[in-house]
This record gives sequence, C-alpha cells and structure tokens, in this order.
Amino acid sequence: MRTTFVKTLEAIAAKDQNIMLLTGDLGFTVLENFRDTYPKQYLNAGVAEQNMIGVAAGLALCGKRVFVYSIIPFVTFRCLEQIRNDLCYHRLPVCIVGVGAGYSYGHQGATHHAMEDISIMRSLSGMTVVCPGDPVETECAVRTIATHDGPCYLRLGKAGEPRLHTSVPDFHLGKAILMQEGTEATLIATSTMLETAVKVTKILAEKGMLIRLLSMPTVKPIDTDAIRAAAIDTPFLVTLEEHSPIGGLGSAVAEVLSVHDIRTRHLLISGPSMFTDTIGSTAFLRRQAGLDEESVREKILHFKK
Amino acid sequence: MAETIAPIANDLAVKSRSVRRTIVEMAHRAHCGHVGSALSTVDILSVLYHSFLRIDPTQPQWADRDRFILSKGHGCTALYATLAQRGFFPVAELETFLRDGTLFAGHPSARHVPGVELSTGSLGHGINVGIGMALAGKRGEKNYRTVVLVSDGECDEGSTWEAALTAGFWKLNKLIVIVDYNKIQSFGRVADIMELEPFAAKWTTFNWHVQEINGHDHAEIARALSKATEETQRPSVIIAHTIKGKGVSFMEDTVDWHYWPPSDDQKAKAFSELCD
Repeated sequence: MRTTFVKTLEAIAAKDQNIMLLTGDLGFTVLENFRDTYPKQYLNAGVAEQNMIGVAAGLALCGKRVFVYSIIPFVTFRCLEQIRNDLCYHRLPVCIVGVGAGYSYGHQGATHHAMEDISIMRSLSGMTVVCPGDPVETECAVRTIATHDGPCYLRLGKAGEPRLHTSVPDFHLGKAILMQEGTEATLIATSTMLETAVKVTKILAEKGMLIRLLSMPTVKPIDTDAIRAAAIDTPFLVTLEEHSPIGGLGSAVAEVLSVHDIRTRHLLISGPSMFTDTIGSTAFLRRQAGLDEESVREKILHFKK
Repeated sequence: MAETIAPIANDLAVKSRSVRRTIVEMAHRAHCGHVGSALSTVDILSVLYHSFLRIDPTQPQWADRDRFILSKGHGCTALYATLAQRGFFPVAELETFLRDGTLFAGHPSARHVPGVELSTGSLGHGINVGIGMALAGKRGEKNYRTVVLVSDGECDEGSTWEAALTAGFWKLNKLIVIVDYNKIQSFGRVADIMELEPFAAKWTTFNWHVQEINGHDHAEIARALSKATEETQRPSVIIAHTIKGKGVSFMEDTVDWHYWPPSDDQKAKAFSELCD
C-alpha cells in the first residue's frame, strides 16, 4: 500500500505544485524517487513529529496541500494535540499518512503496532478517516484526498498487500464499496482485514452461505445508507477490523444502529484491547487475536445459529 | 536613526498606555485573569503592529502580508486591544470579551477574530506553525516575514526546541521569534520551576541569530526587529526582558496577576497610573 501511495502522490505532485510531502525521517526505499524528482515539494522534518505537524499546518495556512508520512503511532499518538489544534481546529487540508495498520509491523513489537488509531483519529472533530483495503483503494483514496478540503487520516498497511479489486471501483469518501452481493448476512470490513473478508466470503459461498461483502474504506464519515440497507436486506451484520474493539469500525457501525434506531443483530470482530503478550509475525499475531480466516469464519457461523 | 525613532516611540508610548488601559478594562469587566501576561507584551505588540508588520486591516488575508502568531495565547487581551487599535475591528467590540456568543475568547481563535493568524492557547505550537509559514514563503520566493511571540514558560515544551532545531537548520531567515521573558511562569518563577539559563546560549547553539533587549523600550524593540530582518542565513530570536504586569505598579513582577481579576478599586488605581 505504501508504494501505491507514493506512486499515486508522485503523479499528483507532477501536476500540482501545491502538493507537499513531509516525512518524519522514514520511508527508506519508498520515498527516494519523490524526494529526488520533486525536491521543492518534499521535506524530511527529522524525528520530530510534533514539529512536523505544526510545520504542515503553517504550510497549509499558506496554501499548500500537505501529506505527512510516518509509522502510525509516531504520526498520530505522539503529536495528537498538534493534530487536534493545528490541523482540525483550523480545518486544514493536511493528510496524515500512517503506515503499519494493526499488527503490520509484527515482530517489531507493541510500540509499532496500531490498534487504537482509528478510534483516536475518528474522535477528532472534522477529521476524515480513510482505511483502504488494498492498493486499488489506496490509489483511489489518495486521488480523492488530494482534492479534499480538511484534515484526513490515511491508514495504510505496509507492503505487499494483494489487489482485491479486479477493476477500479466507484470510490467516494464516506461510501462503502459493494464487493459481492449476498442475502444471508452482510460482512463489512476495513483496512487490512479486507483480504481476510474476501477469503472468508469465498469460503462461506463454497459452503452455500452467500453473504454481502462491503468494503468500508472510509470509517469516518461512515456510510449510514449502506449500513441501513444491509440491516434491511440481510438478517445480521458482521464488522471486521484489525483494531481494538473500542472506537473503530465496529463502534462506528454500532453508533449508526443506535442513533438511527436500526434493529438488527451485529457481530463485532476485532482484535483485543490489550498489548500483544507474545512476539511474532503479522500472521501469527492476527491468529492470536482471532483475526485469521478460520477464526473469522467460525465466529460468523456460530453467530448465525 | 534616533531622529526617526524618537517621535514614533513617543506615539507608541501613548498607544501602549491606551492598550494597557483596555487590557485592565477587559479583565475587570469580564472578571478574568492573565492580566500580567498581557501587560508584559504590550510594548512589543505596539512596535510590531504600528511600525513593523506589513499588514492591511482592510484585507486581513492579503497573501503577501507579514504573519504574526501569538503563541502565548493566554495573553490575548493585549493582542485584541492592539488589533482594535490598528483598525481590524472597533475597540467597542471588545466590550463583548468572554460574553456568551462573543468573538473574543480567553485564548484567541482564528475562526473568529480578524487578524488572528493562528488559534492558540496550548503552549508550544506557535513557532512550529510559523516555520511552516516561513518555509512556504521561502520556497515560494515571497518576501513576507513571520513573527512569533512566545512566553518563557512555553520554552519548557519539547516542541519549542524541535522548532528551534529545525528553523536553525533550515536557515529560515525571515522567521523572527520574540520571547516575552518576564521570568514568571504559571505557578512561580522560571528560575525556580524550569530554569532556562543560559538562555541566549541555547538559541545560539541551535544556529539562531540572538539579540537580548529591554522588551519595554520601543526604540530598542524596533532596532532589534530591523536588525533581525538583515539576517540572510539564520532565523532570529529576540529575547525581550520584560516585567510581568508592566505598567501597573501593584501588578508588576508577581505570580498573583497571572490569575486575579482586578477589583473596582484596583482598576481605578491602575487607570490612575496609566493616564496620559
């Protein structure tokens, strides 16, 4: 996803000199071409994320559209008040690009994992939260954000995520993408869990259970219409995210159901609200968290009963 | 040089006293504090707004204007009074200060007040945003200057030193930081809570052009600003030695006037000291 992000941004930057990319001294093997091709639109702000967000705000106040890049905890939690006051309160067109959704940084440990970021970014006034599920959605998201007025959070995986869309979807901020039609349930997935959702949907279809699959690349604003339609058309909803159960996609969907008095059943599948106790790969940590295909499938089948 | 500065300084003395009266009046009417923090900045703001900043009150968003950020947002009554005096809005509007529905909060909001470039209130944000503004100007080959007024207390913030490191390294010569060094922070004296000395040396080692001045001497402030604009390689910091509560004898150099609102008697006494 990060390669797609930067390739897309390079194409946009070539045509729009107001686009700027700031990095918190990260991006080895990823950002070099942008740095060398568009030196006037690039800045390495050093390992100083609070300052970097303030600088981005100052640039945006002078007409720039700024993308700020780092690993998720460093570019969100570390500089949260700068994001809140400098970006959100001033409604500035700055996109925080966080790499390493969920357990993407696997072995690197809990400091690098991001299981609370959607919740925290979603709670900020005026912040749009975009969590693409594959490189295709990433490209669509970057192109859309580049013309969006206001702060955005772009939550990326890391590298090597497969293309899950066979064609370019009709992408709009705040809108779900229908990936497969079905009647027995609706599975709503976001970010790094879209791949798992696609596989689970396929496995269930082979077992004769046809479910609707929605990709939800925008977690805020959430697509209320798609959730309402799913609640009417199918007997229950399942949300799937590589995040804590607190404040992420599942919470956003539950809020819609509650606020709009939409009656249905909802299974929230997420990781736990706790640091990982064991060290391991992304796949290992996802299994530990019950986010592997088999666990997800079993949870859905159990909930159906 | 002295010939031109003397009349300006005289005029600024009148203007500064007027702003100080407005500050005391606002605090008295709204029954709020931060009077001492506002009073220590008045002379700096007077020089900035009446003889340095290239701004147009009829076009607050003029693209090539100089930028000013009050990073110590709690001293906002001084900024409000100065902006009103400079013609950004009528002084009478300040009567609404802190009333329900007012444009004038206890910390300045760029959403509401014409001439306020950045909403502040949390310390340690102003220089960082100022760097972004100065950088946009540098890369866009603009001539505007960016001036940030910070408190001594906010030099405790890590973000302030991230900014100091960055601006020095990026050679942002059109960035000027003024420190309102009144030696008192929120809960006591700077020297007791988080000593900043050797203060000038810190900025020097971060590759800034450093000047130390009397922050209540209009001519000295003007000269320092002028000298700062001559820099071609380094950002400038002007360490302005000031007195918290300056201009009102019983408010000067006390922690108390970070907090207390003036009573009727205190307002009257302050006004008697601030008359022309």
